[in-house]
Amino acid sequence: MGRLSPQNVELARQIIGRYPRPRSALIPLLHVAQEQDGWVTDEAMDHIAELLGLTAAEVLGTCSFYEMFRREPVGKYLVNICNGISCMLLGSEALIEHAEETLGVKAGATTDDGLITLQAVECIAACDGAPCLAVNYRYVNDVSHVGFDELVAELRAGSRESEFPPHGTTTRVRQHVEPAAWSGKGADGLPKVWIL
Amino acid sequence: MAKAMRPPIVMARFGVDDGHTLEGYLRTGGYEGLRKAIDMGPEAVHAEVEASGLTGRSGGAGFPAARKWSLLAPGKPSYVVVNGDESEPGFAKDRPLMERDPHQLIEGSLICAFATGSAQVFLYVRGEMALAQERLAQALTDAYAAGYAGTNIMGTGVDIDVVLHWGAGAYIVGEETALIESLEGHRGMPRLKPPFFPAVKGVYMQPTIVNNVETLSNLPWIVLNGGAEFAAMGVNRSLGMRMFTLSGHVNRPGNFEVELASMTFRDLFTAPEYGAGIRDGNQLKAFLVGASFPWLFEEHLDIKLDIDEVQQAGSMLGSGIVVMDDTTCAVRAAWNLVRFFAHESCGKCTPCREGLSWLEKIMHRIETGTGREDDLDLLLDVGDNITPGLAWPPKQTTICPLGPSGVAPIISSVQRFRDEYLLHVKEGGCPRGRH
Amino acid sequence: MADTEQDEAAPTAVSVTINGQVVEARPDELLIAAAERHGTYIPRFCYHPRMRPVGMCRMCIVEVDTGRGPSLQPACMLPVAEGMVVDTESDVTKKAQDGVLEFLLINHPLDCPVCDKGGECPLQDQTLAFGPGESRFIEEKRHFEKPIPLSPLVYMDRERCILCDRCTRFSREVAGDPLISFIDRGNETQVNTFPDDPFASYFSGNTVQICPVGALTAVPYRFKARPWDLDQVESTCTTCAVGCRVAVQSSSNRLVRSLGVDVDPVNHGWLCDKGRFDFEANTGEDRLVAPLIDGAEASWDAALTTAADALQNATVAVLGGARLTNEDAYAWSKLARTVIGTDDVDCQLGDGLPAECVLGLPRATIDEACAADVVVLLTGDIKEELPVLYLRLREAVVDRGLHIVELSAADTGMTRYATTTVRYRPGEAAAAVPEVAGLLTGSVVCVLGRPSLAEPAESITAAAAALLEVAPDARFLSGLRRGNVHGALDMGLAPGLLPGRVSLEAGRVWFAAWGELPETTGRDARGILEAAAAGELQTLVLLGADPLADFPDRELARRALDGAGTVVAVDTHRTASVARAGVVLPAAAYAEKAGTTTNLEGRISRLNQKVTAPGTARPDWMIAVELAYRMGGDLGLESLEEIWAEIERLAPSHAGITRARLHSREGLDGIVVGREPTAPSHPATMAQTEAPEIVAAAEQGETEFTTVVEDTSESAEGEATAPASVAEAAEEVPMDEARPEPHAEAAATEAVVGTEPEADLDASAGGTATAPEPLRWTAGSALPAPTAADSYSLRLVVTRSLYDAGTLVQRSPSLAPLASPRPLQVNPTDLDRLGVASGDEVRVIGSRATLTMPAVADPGVPRGVARLVWNQPDDPAADLLDVSAPVTDVRVETV
Ligand SMILES: Cc1cc2nc3c(=O)[nH]c(=O)nc-3n(C[C@H](O)[C@H](O)[C@H](O)COP(=O)(O)O)c2cc1C
Ligand code: SF4
Ligand code: FES
Repeated sequence: MGRLSPQNVELARQIIGRYPRPRSALIPLLHVAQEQDGWVTDEAMDHIAELLGLTAAEVLGTCSFYEMFRREPVGKYLVNICNGISCMLLGSEALIEHAEETLGVKAGATTDDGLITLQAVECIAACDGAPCLAVNYRYVNDVSHVGFDELVAELRAGSRESEFPPHGTTTRVRQHVEPAAWSGKGADGLPKVWIL
Repeated sequence: MAKAMRPPIVMARFGVDDGHTLEGYLRTGGYEGLRKAIDMGPEAVHAEVEASGLTGRSGGAGFPAARKWSLLAPGKPSYVVVNGDESEPGFAKDRPLMERDPHQLIEGSLICAFATGSAQVFLYVRGEMALAQERLAQALTDAYAAGYAGTNIMGTGVDIDVVLHWGAGAYIVGEETALIESLEGHRGMPRLKPPFFPAVKGVYMQPTIVNNVETLSNLPWIVLNGGAEFAAMGVNRSLGMRMFTLSGHVNRPGNFEVELASMTFRDLFTAPEYGAGIRDGNQLKAFLVGASFPWLFEEHLDIKLDIDEVQQAGSMLGSGIVVMDDTTCAVRAAWNLVRFFAHESCGKCTPCREGLSWLEKIMHRIETGTGREDDLDLLLDVGDNITPGLAWPPKQTTICPLGPSGVAPIISSVQRFRDEYLLHVKEGGCPRGRH
Repeated sequence: MADTEQDEAAPTAVSVTINGQVVEARPDELLIAAAERHGTYIPRFCYHPRMRPVGMCRMCIVEVDTGRGPSLQPACMLPVAEGMVVDTESDVTKKAQDGVLEFLLINHPLDCPVCDKGGECPLQDQTLAFGPGESRFIEEKRHFEKPIPLSPLVYMDRERCILCDRCTRFSREVAGDPLISFIDRGNETQVNTFPDDPFASYFSGNTVQICPVGALTAVPYRFKARPWDLDQVESTCTTCAVGCRVAVQSSSNRLVRSLGVDVDPVNHGWLCDKGRFDFEANTGEDRLVAPLIDGAEASWDAALTTAADALQNATVAVLGGARLTNEDAYAWSKLARTVIGTDDVDCQLGDGLPAECVLGLPRATIDEACAADVVVLLTGDIKEELPVLYLRLREAVVDRGLHIVELSAADTGMTRYATTTVRYRPGEAAAAVPEVAGLLTGSVVCVLGRPSLAEPAESITAAAAALLEVAPDARFLSGLRRGNVHGALDMGLAPGLLPGRVSLEAGRVWFAAWGELPETTGRDARGILEAAAAGELQTLVLLGADPLADFPDRELARRALDGAGTVVAVDTHRTASVARAGVVLPAAAYAEKAGTTTNLEGRISRLNQKVTAPGTARPDWMIAVELAYRMGGDLGLESLEEIWAEIERLAPSHAGITRARLHSREGLDGIVVGREPTAPSHPATMAQTEAPEIVAAAEQGETEFTTVVEDTSESAEGEATAPASVAEAAEEVPMDEARPEPHAEAAATEAVVGTEPEADLDASAGGTATAPEPLRWTAGSALPAPTAADSYSLRLVVTRSLYDAGTLVQRSPSLAPLASPRPLQVNPTDLDRLGVASGDEVRVIGSRATLTMPAVADPGVPRGVARLVWNQPDDPAADLLDVSAPVTDVRVETV
């Protein structure tokens, strides 16, 4: 917990190597940290700062700008109900209220068992499937109240684990490039700068 | 009535089950455009794209792609950035393009990089799109392994790297200069243009092309079929085909790729192969052509999906068309949109950071029952301090257009539905009750 | 740095119409600056002339027409262009600006009456001048926990913050310490640090000064005064030898605040935190307020008489003087040489470089260093010792790619900005020079100081000689740190030296007007202390010197103070050394007296008095004059004016630097003297020594004033200006007459004083019609090669840190806690080899002492070397350091 594991440091090095300037890897590395611990710890930010030659304040400045990065633990499943305009027109507000009742928590909170964090979020780009939601950033379209309750039951029963990896894992597939195939020419001719 | 439906270009593989795999892609003509482009040479590709009249498909002003490329300051390292941050309410077209045809996007961006002499492509994907990331990661891995990306592409000696980069949740990062900041590992706060036009001072202050996912996805087809073929569709600035996400109160929401200027909004909403009518046979109240833009109404139903016609109607042809029927509360709809922009303000400039959250508070008050009559003037005057003159196209006291975007729904709804606002004030809240 | 550069050679000017008037602007000049130069002030919050514009606050938007119709543009981001038409007063402009102001205020607390910034707040001023009356914002304001500490020195009230990015930009761009950042997003954005990682920057106080509202406050000033109660004068910081210009502010005769003043050639408005806050020491603990005889309070009469008796007909040495003003130093130099009759004087305490090296090498200014092709660093850690020089050089690296070649024994604060760093074995600096010879092309400036107290000065002078061998045209910027050490040297406070950079021998005839001079060259600090220890000194005068803390051989210092017959201390505070003095004469401190000071460039700037000295403390020069009387002599110096007139008349390097010039507009930036006094005296080139050429004024003429000053100056010595002009608020007001508009000053600076000294001499002034030869530096004798250390030993490097156990820090309550005991720093590999974990206690065995202390791994220290920091509260370095050997080797063992 906290600092990146040796495997993740190795992964971090690979990611950093793909960018002409290391700082570009900051957001991807924060994702790696979040995948490791389910949220982004202070220790991880410190460690990332070390890896990139930044201050922890700089890392926090970037980290805190982006909503996906959580700086305190969340449930295993982050259930984001879209409240964008298209979903709102098709009943997302009622769906959110319904979800709050079903889960017994208000939007923004985590169920007592730590399983589900419910959120009402802005448009998730599935407007043609409104009302929609995402569980750990995996989409579920045309959600009815009944459908929502079924989904919750399945999450509780653990029957959809393969579909919804735990919070933090946004991508189960990583770009892999054999070193020989990577040209690295993107870094050619870049002037040195002092202030990143 | 609409012209006969054209076979889609960018959505062509949506019907192919394995279209997202390298195998499926190659089987359906994949990477032939890139091969041809390399054979043709950069100038010829550029000329072909110019001939196609392809404009930016991000759903804003629609800047001609070839013209953007020629703005690139020469003699420096340059980059191509794929804008896959799609987050505008109502827009849901780039996500399926990335999920269902990732290789097409990769091929398109390689063609762009080849044509502009860039050695590296950054594929910036919205952080919340897990499947798109996975599909693109797999596609890139396969493309590299098969020699379609990286060193010595297809044995031609061309070297172009493509790196998959993912965001982390911030609408403003869709704005190209904020995207660049984000790509550099910073807070996604826009840079002022001028001087920071990406083509001059973009990623790492080097010349950079930022193009939308759909824009680039068109390139393999254009190279293979020729620019003229593309330009044969549509008229004037509205050439080729374009994707639209239709959502809201229609019977058949979905993504449709249509020939530009070939059909009207009425066609789109009612034709059985498109929207198939407004739900429950209700009347239209208003429709959005982009959450950032002025609303359109009944009287605009017969204008075409044509950049110029929509502009003449006082709005802009975005890619997300949201239909509101007459059961919709205009105040609540506007509040929803203002809330979105207030929430997504990056906070860099004062009018947007302070002004939009103020507007949101006023809207909230009106909708929930503590509005006052002079709030309407206040809304407009505060809006005027963000976008002076409340005109279209908007002026701005802000750095980027997000500030004015947050005012657009207020202008549209207050002007059109003033009575509805007043009713809210009078009745102490939304007459339609809780939603 | 946007528009501060004033490129005289730039080809054309562009004409711009501002509010109907056609004005000339420099190409690329930002509209906001061009407008201001021509008298149109465009309101702003985020723009700061010394930082990159960000165009965030939007306060400066004005209507601009560049041919395509008027549009609103931020004047701080917009370079002027030919034909541009600007309307800063149109209805559209006004509405937009009022709108921005209203937006800034909706979440801003209305606590001006209790806010430190109230009365000098640009936001408040803007609001009063133009702002909306009744608030239309009826919702609840944004809430944050009230002031939180960002560091021990700086507090942040996030409710007041208007998110202008000035402090955060400063920390990133100027200081290079990005320890504060915007955090969170949109309307929730705040400025803060990383949790438990405070804004520990040596420059943090600048953020308080540039904060346009009262969000950032400095601990030493919080609630101390209201702006309208403040008096201020412009002066020069004497904490270190950079000589930053400051506005010194007081309330009820008590110093409460220092603000940086923006002068182009020196500090650009910045100060380090030590210089900014150490005024607290004036009223801090142990301040001397009355004379003491044998520890008991005495009258001045009694104390002076006792002191005079001790000085009369005795073997006397005078140690110190680097903290005095030029006038003080001159008076003491004259007193020592004439009335007392000794040449045993030294303003350095064995921790500097020989006077002839400092004064006799071709010198460079800070601007020249920043504009050079290569800067060689062969000096202490400038971030620690000369912080604002660090800012200037760092800026040159970051903004224009200055190449820095660092020769050092271990990492310094500058290492990360160096193009090349060569590590040499302590004591063997000269050996590193050939390694970088190939890099020394183009203009080369070497910052030459004393990198380590554990390395003899000879090692450095040998390296300087080697450098001149490979770069004969190199110029030198002194890296000596003590406030006015350069002024004291200029005034002759070193053995064998007379005022004006001439040797005792060369100046003997010229200075005949002084009277009889000592026969032979006297002893330096080390010699003096050895003599004292041997019981050969009847009286030792300490002029603000604390050898017990500062002399590298602490053991010798102890014996010297015990062995001297009488110790007479002239000082501001009761230091360890003062405690051993028989007679103590309390001196006026910084801001309690006027005069001039000389920085490391040789730049003479004025010091002004702001408060009265406590008790009966008085300026050092007066003490010298009094002592002379009591010894039956007469220095012939009755006032500062008289002293300066004599300096100008007699000191060859200072000829032509009249008081009038120092008090003119030109003098506000200070006047550099004797930049070109001597030809390099390296064997290869020493043959042709040229006559002194004084180019100070010409030098000045090239540097225009910046258009914006952070402050206005006093109009006459000691005279206060209205408090309305203070601080940030000052940025918003026009400069007063003392800092005239830039175009007015061209004429003033044209008066090149290339006058040879004799031109100004009347026959009686000097003893001869020909000025003496200026001091020249000749490479000294070869230094003894350090003996090779055995492989178990580590060679010591002893460096300094900004916060130390010195008087200024320790007597300033806000700064004292920042100095803390420092562990032994060792390369991780060496530590591993010893089997010691970082942070563990080790036994350090030296020839002088065996001590136990913690050791930490530091990759910035090369193998075979151990670093200690000098003069820390718990000072092991002083006991271990063995200056009798060229280098100090220690053995480190586990305990
Ligand atoms: C507030 C704001 C948000 C934007 N969001 C997106 C987006 O999500 N996706 C996108 O492609 N372009 C977005 N844009 C437009 C981009 O700035 C840029 O113009 C576009 O990526 C260029 O691509 P194109 O020329 O291919 O259309 C946004 C612009 C603004 C002002
Ligand atoms: S308009 Fe809004 S989103 Fe755009 S830069 Fe300004 S604060 Fe950020
Ligand atoms: S001063 Fe120009 S935007 Fe702030």
